[in-house]
Amino acid sequence: MRSLAVRAGWWVLSVGTMVGLWELAAALDLINTVILPPPRVFIREIENQAQFLLPQIGVQRIGGNFVALTAIWASFLRIVSGLALAFIAAVLLGSLAFSLRVFHKLTYPVITLLAPIAPVAWIPFALVAFGIGDGAAIFVVFVGIFFVLELAAVNSMKNVDQHYIDTARVLGASRRQVMWHVIFPAILPNLFVIMRVNLFGAWMGVLTAEMVGVNTGLGTIVLVGRQMMNMNLTFLGMAMIGIVGYLLDAGLGLLQRRVLWWKSVAHV
Amino acid sequence: MGEIVCTNVTKVWGVGTTREVAALENVSFSVRHGEFVVVIGPSGCGKSTLLMLLSGLEMPTGGTITYNGEPITGPDADRSLIFQQPSLFPWRSTIDNVAFGLQLRGVPRKERRQQAEKFLRQVGLREFANKHPHELSGGMQQRAAIARALCLGADVLLMDEPFAALDVQTRFHMQSFLLDIWLGSGKTVVFVTHHIDEAAYLADRVVIFTARPGRLLDSVDIDMPRPRNVISPDFERYRALFVERLRSEVTRAFQEQELAEMLDTRIK
Repeated sequence: MRSLAVRAGWWVLSVGTMVGLWELAAALDLINTVILPPPRVFIREIENQAQFLLPQIGVQRIGGNFVALTAIWASFLRIVSGLALAFIAAVLLGSLAFSLRVFHKLTYPVITLLAPIAPVAWIPFALVAFGIGDGAAIFVVFVGIFFVLELAAVNSMKNVDQHYIDTARVLGASRRQVMWHVIFPAILPNLFVIMRVNLFGAWMGVLTAEMVGVNTGLGTIVLVGRQMMNMNLTFLGMAMIGIVGYLLDAGLGLLQRRVLWWKSVAHV
Repeated sequence: MGEIVCTNVTKVWGVGTTREVAALENVSFSVRHGEFVVVIGPSGCGKSTLLMLLSGLEMPTGGTITYNGEPITGPDADRSLIFQQPSLFPWRSTIDNVAFGLQLRGVPRKERRQQAEKFLRQVGLREFANKHPHELSGGMQQRAAIARALCLGADVLLMDEPFAALDVQTRFHMQSFLLDIWLGSGKTVVFVTHHIDEAAYLADRVVIFTARPGRLLDSVDIDMPRPRNVISPDFERYRALFVERLRSEVTRAFQEQELAEMLDTRIK
């Protein structure tokens, strides 16, 4: 309990110092507050949105007003759907590649070739293929994480401690039972680590897609703020991007500790 | 029933590759129903390979192994294998680990948990039923692994240095514990160790293997009433016999290993 208080104290001190210096510089007229509005000012921007805090998906573009909550919700839903789809697909194809050598040999070179393409580079294609909207943004998250996750899944499956597999087989497990009761739980913690490491890349992909074409969500807020020279809006968007990104990572971390508390028994 | 007969068993690992290793050569011996056989030999003499073959996880490259008169074609819950490394699944609670084999057979949750609890009580782990393996000591984990084998009604316990990773106190405790479980149970035990005292303390009969490739060197009946006194002259005599039997083999194995390493460095 005490260590928690100490950590919270340092957190407040750290953030407080940054905000304080920023506000001080603004008060002393050391910075241009049109370009760099202090937090006190740009956070007030959210009040202008209050009337629009409606459960609509996407952002209503009415003059300079952007609905904050719905923008957060839109971006959040995109990244979570993208992650979930990538996870399911990676586990399915990974299992297939793990059990069928031919399939692995056939797909491995292609996947290693596609994996290094940055998610952002897929955006133009995604916009053409899926049109403007959720589909394109979800696709960008998906490709940003799927290939890496599939490779990690196959690799982790190959490296599951043989003793666990042998034990299950001696106890009478069929191939399918070994897969379901041993290999899946054994690699889950690993897959979550990979997801967490690649989370910010995927988050970046969503935001960029929202800036260059999807036209709704947090990325759009930041961009519109720039177009209208309303830095209050841009910084409000940035603050929300930071907070949502932080919460996503914290959420995955919590899931990892609560649900997947055991260490991976695959040695990767 | 639990009779095992090995006839001219040979096992070569990596057949057809450049890393062919003969682990067992022409091994013939049998284990009677209800017998406690301990296998000793220099490290790398194929003791663990023998257990893999007896469990059915691996097939011999030559010769035959029968169990109750039938050739062994694959793993069977009747012959349970217990490893040195803890092989409890870290994502399952102790009771769910013990009940795992029953789960594989489709026994309903309530019923299999009742059954598992019975065996947990027998190994003195009832209060730990809902703990996870990492909360158990090494000795407790091995006791749970034994309970898991018993829960499926295994007639044969194949044990691969199960107590080697434990400290001396716990090891001694576990040896008595195993004898308690075994005495009067009618179960057959094939127990591999490199620990001479352990062999003399536990076995009805000690089977001694040569250095690689493992061949049968000797088979010694231990004619001492249980519980055995480890500081009695009788015990001392068996110990001396095993030391003498093994010494020449260990020296040979050591020399061969050094020679192999020398050759390896040459080639490099």
